[in-house]
Amino acid sequence: MSDLIFARAQMGFSLAFHIIFAVAGIALPLMMVIAEALWLKTGDEIYKSITKRWARGTAVLFAVGAVSGTVLSFELGLLWPEFMKWAGSIIGLPFALEGYAFFTEAIFLGIYLYGWDKVSKSMHLLSGCIVALSGALSAVFVVIANAWMNAPVGFKLVGNVATEIDPIMAMTSPAAFPQVLHMLIAAYAAIGLLAAGVHAFLLLRDKQNVFHRRALGICLALGCTMALAEPLSGDILAQMVAHTQPIKLAALEGQFDTMRGAPLRIGGLPDVDKRETPFSIELPKMLSVLAFHELDAEVKGLNDFPRDVWPPVLLVHLNFQIMVACGVIMGLVSLWAGALYAKTKKLPDSTVFLKTLVCISPLGLLAIESGWMVTELGRQPWVIHGVLRTSHAVTPMPGLWLPFTTFLFVYIALAVIVVALLFREFSHSLDPVKESDHA
Amino acid sequence: MPDAALYLAIVMMIALNLYALMGGADYGGGVWDLFAVGKRAQEQRDLIAGAIGPIWEANHVWLILVVVILFSAFPAAFSLLSISLHVPLTLLLLGIIARGTAFTFRKYDSHKDHVQRRWGRIFAVASLITPVLLGISVGAISQGKISADITGKTFAEVYIAPWCTPFCFAVGGFALALFSFLAAVYSTVYAPTDELRTDFQKRAVGAQLACAMLALLVFVLAEGSAPGLRESLANSSWSILLQAATAVCAISSLIALFQRKFHPARFFAAGQVTLILWGWGLAQYPYMIRPEMTINNAQGAASTQTLLLGAIASGAVLLFPSFYFLLKVFKHKIEQPISK
Repeated sequence: MSDLIFARAQMGFSLAFHIIFAVAGIALPLMMVIAEALWLKTGDEIYKSITKRWARGTAVLFAVGAVSGTVLSFELGLLWPEFMKWAGSIIGLPFALEGYAFFTEAIFLGIYLYGWDKVSKSMHLLSGCIVALSGALSAVFVVIANAWMNAPVGFKLVGNVATEIDPIMAMTSPAAFPQVLHMLIAAYAAIGLLAAGVHAFLLLRDKQNVFHRRALGICLALGCTMALAEPLSGDILAQMVAHTQPIKLAALEGQFDTMRGAPLRIGGLPDVDKRETPFSIELPKMLSVLAFHELDAEVKGLNDFPRDVWPPVLLVHLNFQIMVACGVIMGLVSLWAGALYAKTKKLPDSTVFLKTLVCISPLGLLAIESGWMVTELGRQPWVIHGVLRTSHAVTPMPGLWLPFTTFLFVYIALAVIVVALLFREFSHSLDPVKESDHA
Repeated sequence: MPDAALYLAIVMMIALNLYALMGGADYGGGVWDLFAVGKRAQEQRDLIAGAIGPIWEANHVWLILVVVILFSAFPAAFSLLSISLHVPLTLLLLGIIARGTAFTFRKYDSHKDHVQRRWGRIFAVASLITPVLLGISVGAISQGKISADITGKTFAEVYIAPWCTPFCFAVGGFALALFSFLAAVYSTVYAPTDELRTDFQKRAVGAQLACAMLALLVFVLAEGSAPGLRESLANSSWSILLQAATAVCAISSLIALFQRKFHPARFFAAGQVTLILWGWGLAQYPYMIRPEMTINNAQGAASTQTLLLGAIASGAVLLFPSFYFLLKVFKHKIEQPISK
């Protein structure tokens, strides 16, 4: 393999690793403050136990997220020095703002975690709210920077050089709002339903456990609402992609020929040599409808673009299918949860439902990972769409297999440890009386 | 009026300064965790963990601020640094990962002895190595062997030679000694008992002696390795004053330590580290990376620099009170015993 591939792979798994902790850092604090607010409102100590349990989870995940995020800020330069030289001035601003959001989050998380008996109850709750808000803001700024790479604005290209740089305008890329919305909702849906799965698993052992019943209630309220909102934000995003990056849309749909009334494909394995996508179920005209909200809108196919700017079509298409499938399943389960709740007006707790929750719990994270694969692979061979090629951005440093291998092993080890710690944290919790031991 | 680039360089120096005073002390704390000995070893470790606990995540941000300003305002310098110092910076990252995660895992993992020892060991060893790598990187940008022109050069010339010198390693050792010194002095203030205060008093004095020797070594080695920096340090109009002030701080902190006046000792220790850092910064001016890259020729778009300055200023208005609040909430309680 070439150094370019190792650099891309290292960046890829660093991001794939970080994003899990980042989304947990967005959603878990929100769940934590909801539980705390319920505790303050009802005086029910169980809610306080839930708050503390989730806060401990937040602490571990935030620490790993902070470290893996620091690593990324260096890796931008270590792996892609030419990209940073080119784009640093243009997208530095959102990164600086993200730094502030992170700082705020770290400060108030410190107060939240260590300050239970040092600050007043309302100050404590406020600290938690600031953590939840700044966690979400971090994601907003980072995704804005990424959106610029997909649909770059805010500069003028003269030869190979960017002039008339306007960093504020660069933050208003047409991709920014749809991507941010899609990412934030995904974070709440994925973590809400992931935590729901964990609590459902423990409820299956002891259905009357009040701790897990209340916790599951909060998880479902957040996770299901967001899972149902996600397709709407996906629709906004798809229209943006259709307008700004038609080649990405063609790749993620396996659409080779430019045509009016293009079909939506479910499944299928795009074959770039034969330039067709066999084994798919085609829904007539649906792609035109989804992308342009018009039955006979023209969808550009890959054949309209030179072969050397095609992204890896098969991978992009498959990842897109995985993401959509996960999203659909999560949406259906959410509808089911809503229907059960509407009928009985109490927490849905049938064994079948709980088992289903356990089974689908990883799907949100899977959807997030595959969604990012779609975004990033779908932009190749560019690091900045239409402007700078990834192969021109990579470091001249040889032997990149070595850092790749080292970081891969470190990250795998970290993942195993974090999962083991969290698993222990939650398996302890069958007996809520013990909660008070964990300050 | 000086331009935005200079102000941003000053902000980076301030961030580095805060990172050294606070993040640096966290590294030093890890060092004393490693060398915790005697019958109070566990108490020493608990004191360090308690002092780092609530703050460490926040301290990380000073380094991130430096990196972000560097790549937004001086993209050419960031790019050159990332290429020529790829090896030490990668190792630095591994150190940061090992330190941060092991510290957190120690807190949240099982409290059985062998588990705690394993995380403690990783945390402590990484705390020892990481400051050395930071120092090596600072040494490398000061000594003038980093060139943007890499055509026709060997791997060793481009990726190893710029930092693999006795001078850089001496700077690394110096950084480690300074951080350990800071941590020991801070711990004398936070320590709840007289015995613990004495433990850290001894450590602080030892570390201060190591600082003095390594400072001398750095200065001697600079003659051959970093002549530009040394010339500026030795012969500028400001340097005599600055060096005198540094010496006064260093000696005052030692005297205060011997007299067990730990609050003044902490003040002078922080002053000493701050003066050393700004002395380096002034001697390095106008270079960012010797010998080719200066504040002027490394800078990116002026519009970005102005906005960045605005963002930093308005962010600081929000953040400094929050950060002060955090420090106040936690350090106050720990300091009670000594102020009575």
